Amino acid sequence: MITAERKPMEEILEYLKPYRRILLVGCNECVTVCAAGGRKEVGLLASALQLKFMKEGQTLDIKEITLERQCDPEYVEELAVLVDHADAVLSMACGCGVQEVSRRFKDLPVFPAVNTKFMGASERQGVWAERCQGCGDCLLGLTGGICPIARCSKQLLNGPCGGSTNGKCEISPDVDCAWQLIWDRLKAMGMEDRYEDIMPAKNWQHGRGGGPRKIIREDLAE
Amino acid sequence: MNEFEPVIVAFCCHYCAYTAADMAGSQRLNYPPNVKIVRVPCSGKVDAIHIMKAFEKGADGVYVAGCLEGDCHFKNGNKKVAQRVRAIQKLLDEIGIGGNRLEMFYMSAGMGERFSQIARDMTEKIREIGPNPAIAALNAASGKAVA
Repeated sequence: MITAERKPMEEILEYLKPYRRILLVGCNECVTVCAAGGRKEVGLLASALQLKFMKEGQTLDIKEITLERQCDPEYVEELAVLVDHADAVLSMACGCGVQEVSRRFKDLPVFPAVNTKFMGASERQGVWAERCQGCGDCLLGLTGGICPIARCSKQLLNGPCGGSTNGKCEISPDVDCAWQLIWDRLKAMGMEDRYEDIMPAKNWQHGRGGGPRKIIREDLAE
Repeated sequence: MNEFEPVIVAFCCHYCAYTAADMAGSQRLNYPPNVKIVRVPCSGKVDAIHIMKAFEKGADGVYVAGCLEGDCHFKNGNKKVAQRVRAIQKLLDEIGIGGNRLEMFYMSAGMGERFSQIARDMTEKIREIGPNPAIAALNAASGKAVA
């Protein structure tokens, strides 16, 4: 999922300073899974903001709603009936969602309440780790299902660097050496010979290096 | 000037803390009427939003009371809520309400004395800290007297 973390309260409060009627919008997908912007977090943030404003002797008019997703126009449309009563929208979705809401409601300031972090998976409850960088040319089939683009600090393609120590990356003892993981996996599957297949320089144009990307499906797009 | 009487909400688990409160009652142990008890099946049932709403609705202090560590009737509900309490304490500090208004306590069902002591201590602690700043400010702004 796309992971995110709530922004510091001072930053959110700074955005909301000029406004009194807020529409607080959550998202039922990724940010729900990583407990950053789902229905529960919307409730908590609304309560926290209300308490903060009460402390200043004012009340905030906050409307809470959690959409199924904020990255699809059909769901964002559900906000249409609510925006007339709001001066600003505070979105707890990832950057994709914030932009979709902003695109649809051009006259309303839309602020992000979370910092979008990375594409990752759950290691265990409450722990999410980066797994994919969206390079556009997946090589997981060659590396035993472990991604050297996302999990190697240097994005090396042909084995570890000299900084790999006891299976950990030199940048931090908390970071596994991706190539150690890859080697261990290939060995466990009896595919060590694959390790010596040289991977040529990656074509980064398939990734963000080629500029903002778009997918157009001829069979689906009108 | 009336002395400030704190409003304390105590989320008490049915199996230990609430039973301890009951024990305090049957032993005729005194504890302040400031503490309003909310019985929950397990302290782990208490969600972050319950605590926040308690403060929003005027509580000056909140505590969650569960079984002794390792003895949760539902295995580890008390451990889970303790983590939540820590997170909410940070949030309360961030918004200026004060994480010191929220606490987690552990007790067994037979600890009537401990229940009443905690109720007394928490009431005094909150009396010292002062009224919920959100409610006080709102009341001041609308010209109402502080309760």
